[in-house]
Amino acid sequence: MAYDKFNTLQSSAYPLPIENVDTDQIIPARFLKATERKGFGDNLFRDWRYNADDSLKEDFPLNDSKYSGKILVGGRNFGSGSSREHAAWAVYDFGFRCVISSFFADIFKNNCLNIGVLPVQVSDAFAKEIFLAIEKDPNTEIKVDLINQTVTLIATGNSESFEINSYKKENMLNGFDDIDYLQNIKSEIQEFVKTRPF
Amino acid sequence: MSTTLFDKVWDAHVIRKIEGGPDVFFIDRHLIHEVTSPVAFLGLKARGVKVMEPKRTFATADHNTPTINQHLPVEDPLSANQLKALEENSASHGILHWGLGHESNGIVHVVGPENGITLPGATIVCGDSHTSTHGAFGAIAFGIGTSEVEMVLSTQCIMQPKPKKMRINVEGSLGKGVTPKDVALYIISQLSTSGATGYFVEYAGTVFEEMSMEGRMTVCNLSIEMGARGGMIAPDDKTYEYIKGRRFTPKGEDWDKAMRYWKTLKTDDDAVFDKEYYFKTSDIEPMITYGTNPGMGMGISNDIPNVDDVQEGEATYEKSLNYMGFDQGDAMLGKKIDFVFVGSCTNGRIEDFRAFASIVKGRKKAAHVTAWLVPGSHIVENKIKEEGLLDIITEAGFVLRQPGCSACLAMNDDKIPAGKYSVSTSNRNFEGRQGPGSRTLLASPLVAAAAAITGKVTDPREFLN
Repeated sequence: MAYDKFNTLQSSAYPLPIENVDTDQIIPARFLKATERKGFGDNLFRDWRYNADDSLKEDFPLNDSKYSGKILVGGRNFGSGSSREHAAWAVYDFGFRCVISSFFADIFKNNCLNIGVLPVQVSDAFAKEIFLAIEKDPNTEIKVDLINQTVTLIATGNSESFEINSYKKENMLNGFDDIDYLQNIKSEIQEFVKTRPF
Repeated sequence: MSTTLFDKVWDAHVIRKIEGGPDVFFIDRHLIHEVTSPVAFLGLKARGVKVMEPKRTFATADHNTPTINQHLPVEDPLSANQLKALEENSASHGILHWGLGHESNGIVHVVGPENGITLPGATIVCGDSHTSTHGAFGAIAFGIGTSEVEMVLSTQCIMQPKPKKMRINVEGSLGKGVTPKDVALYIISQLSTSGATGYFVEYAGTVFEEMSMEGRMTVCNLSIEMGARGGMIAPDDKTYEYIKGRRFTPKGEDWDKAMRYWKTLKTDDDAVFDKEYYFKTSDIEPMITYGTNPGMGMGISNDIPNVDDVQEGEATYEKSLNYMGFDQGDAMLGKKIDFVFVGSCTNGRIEDFRAFASIVKGRKKAAHVTAWLVPGSHIVENKIKEEGLLDIITEAGFVLRQPGCSACLAMNDDKIPAGKYSVSTSNRNFEGRQGPGSRTLLASPLVAAAAAITGKVTDPREFLN
């Protein structure tokens, strides 16, 4: 389905400076039982956010009222493991529109792009700078400009460019998805099917 | 121009290349299960489109199924609802469906090869990251998200940028007590959990040539655990022998024609990879993991490394060991364990149960250990019975459960309790993967068997002649 358009986002951010955050942490398997795409945000980082008795873990960044915003900044190798798109849905449903990390796992990154959450890969040094800036001032804002492919720390003006392929960029800017594209070339696909040996 | 096995299969499936973007990539065979498909079918409904090529999609229930009393109604209403959705969606779109209790039912990556759905030179996807398993046959197989499941259902294509190419060469034969699982865990420990991200891997070298098809499946299955989208091995006589005569394998003239194509599927001698690694089997002993990602593994007789010797940063490493209740410098041998899990798409095939039985034969399960032995499919379950393995494991105090993903991801009731240690033949030791608070030690079926007998982490070579 077509999703929200993404152009420029300026927001404060939640920090999660842990490496190798896997999709079982983002959303544990026992919360994948729905047959509709809704409500996954409640269980985002379930076992890091809540104690066994369902009380909140106060020290987890997503529970800390000093943080806010539509950007999640994660440690290196964010989103490894399972292909569950539920992980990207949970990130979206919680209210995030952008995830920043110095390295993303492939499938998670793809899933984000397919639902309109922008994965922004920055250098290790800039990721560190962002974490430090948030630690210093939890309200510090980050500007993500998709058209110019730049991410900027507002407080210092320091900026870095990020990669995104031009096709996906166009999709994000316009809220198009891949199925719209594929449906439009269906006759070409049907011709190709005839050539397949099995 | 010289090309790799991966290039040959990939390029043959590209319908259109988009400038500065992904390829429009054709999918030969699509596997679906109850967890990652329902929302894709809702998407089709919302767009008012039908499945374009229903004969290319195959459905099996596995992730969220009980592994006991499968003849009874599923108790958990949410799980029952997902199973019903898979059945109804399959029926309304004309997709072959192997539901709970069906003789062909089992884990998606076990039943695909068993039924000849998996073929050399094919492209295979599934909403499951361990789809890489099918690469063992020289197929390009990888996991996809639900949006992509919807793409394949509606247009039999996805949009994918071509990954970079990596070759991992391992020379030598397997040593005593060393299995394909150990080879894979060794490679992942060397490359780290993200070392192959952005790449598609080809495995080459004598160890893979000598390996059985099931062993190759175990290795390719774990490709995702070092970040690779998939891994593949060039098809050979063993491959053709395995697939011949299976339900969906081409027959007669189609077989001959396919065979001519399959014989072309190998990397040219002078083809170039973006990255290559070389290992030798003499460096590989039975492996075990000690941390919370599959890259945190080591030879079973080693000590847990010091923070200075690992890739993770200090905070991440300490968090991981703290979760596991281990310290740097600890030996793994002798650590007490509580559970043993044998099964999953990684190690739930007949050879895995043969290996397990070879050690527990004539011995007894440690009294304090709870063991869950879960076959990958009904076909595997039946073979366990036919070959007399059931008698051996029953005699040793074990119970065989019914097929499914089970405690690998603990979506059903098979959950390792908080704080407990499980030696598991599955694929992930992430925090809480096998149940909230569970602690997983990944290992081979031989290591699992040795641990089940002694109740602690044990070198399986002690039990082998």
